[in-house]
Amino acid sequence: MSNFRPDHELHQRRRGRNFGLLAVLLGFVALVFLLTVVKVQNGGKVEAFDHTARPSLTTPEGGQ
Amino acid sequence: MSDTSFDSSQTTEASFGDYFALLKPRVMSLVVFTALVGLLVAPGSVHPVEGFAAILFIALGGGASGALNMWWDADIDRIMKRTQKRPIPAGKVTPDEAFAIGIALSCLSVIMLGLASNLVAAGLLAFTIFFYVVIYTMWLKRSTPQNIVIGGAAGAFPPMIGWAVATGGVSIESIMMFAITFFWTPPHFWALALFMKSDYSDAKVPMLTVTHGRRNTRIQIFAYTVLLAALSVGMSFTALNGPVFLATAIILNLLFIKGAWTILRRNEEQAEGDNYAAERSFFKLSLLYLFLLFTAILADAVLVRMGVTFGGWV
Repeated sequence: MSNFRPDHELHQRRRGRNFGLLAVLLGFVALVFLLTVVKVQNGGKVEAFDHTARPSLTTPEGGQ
Repeated sequence: MSDTSFDSSQTTEASFGDYFALLKPRVMSLVVFTALVGLLVAPGSVHPVEGFAAILFIALGGGASGALNMWWDADIDRIMKRTQKRPIPAGKVTPDEAFAIGIALSCLSVIMLGLASNLVAAGLLAFTIFFYVVIYTMWLKRSTPQNIVIGGAAGAFPPMIGWAVATGGVSIESIMMFAITFFWTPPHFWALALFMKSDYSDAKVPMLTVTHGRRNTRIQIFAYTVLLAALSVGMSFTALNGPVFLATAIILNLLFIKGAWTILRRNEEQAEGDNYAAERSFFKLSLLYLFLLFTAILADAVLVRMGVTFGGWV
């Protein structure tokens, strides 16, 4: 029988490292999600050219 | 042998804290604070989430450059007493791991800062990492006693990056904040070099104490302190004009010059006699100096936003 116990100090260190990495990754995902929400909300109108004439894409009379 | 037991003391597997220590958390705190001040005092507003993300990625970029610095300097970190407990010389993290973490976090921080704020801020962060790792760590540190004078620019960029996050550009105010940190760096590090005694000569790093002697270093500390004082007080009458900044700059610079004067007048016998008390105290004061001066810049900006005026000062 091995005396390779689950509560070995090495396992505690690995567990700490894995949970640390999990927390970092979850934090990163949450931050990217929040950033996306903020960028979309503050980004103004997002309207791409789709080969169709639209009043919002035409230059107003007077040239400006 | 069928015994599968092993001794954990023989393993060098790193903990999460060892990887975090690669990012030089104490240096990172200075980066975070000065970048935050740069961001907050800049004209214009940034959404709190964007601001938080920007500061986080600036800190991450600073940390990444710290990891690359530890990767490159692992040989001299083993020799110097001050750095022997760092993760690589302590045998907790391998140089390859440090290199991989440094490169990965550098790329991640620059890309994410570009996405979270703008390309100017991301470009400045990329340049800061390049300057610290390639120009300072790989080139200047081992080749010239001007290493920390020129290399100090790397530590001076964060407030400019914070400013760029808010404005998308560079201006005279952000350059002034850069200048304060840039001229503060030499006296700060040379005081450290004085009381770390033989660390730098043992590691063959050409610090000023090693190449030009300790007496000359004392003179240079005083010269740079006077220069810094003139610069920071002079700035109170230009773009960084504010009553809190002026008052803080005058008080701090008087204390700083007094400390540098004490260092100048001492010789090595006196310093050895009290275990470099004046040099250690000057080093601690230098940390407080930068923190309070940037706090004063922030305080003036807050007063302006609140509409408080002092007879035409702000």
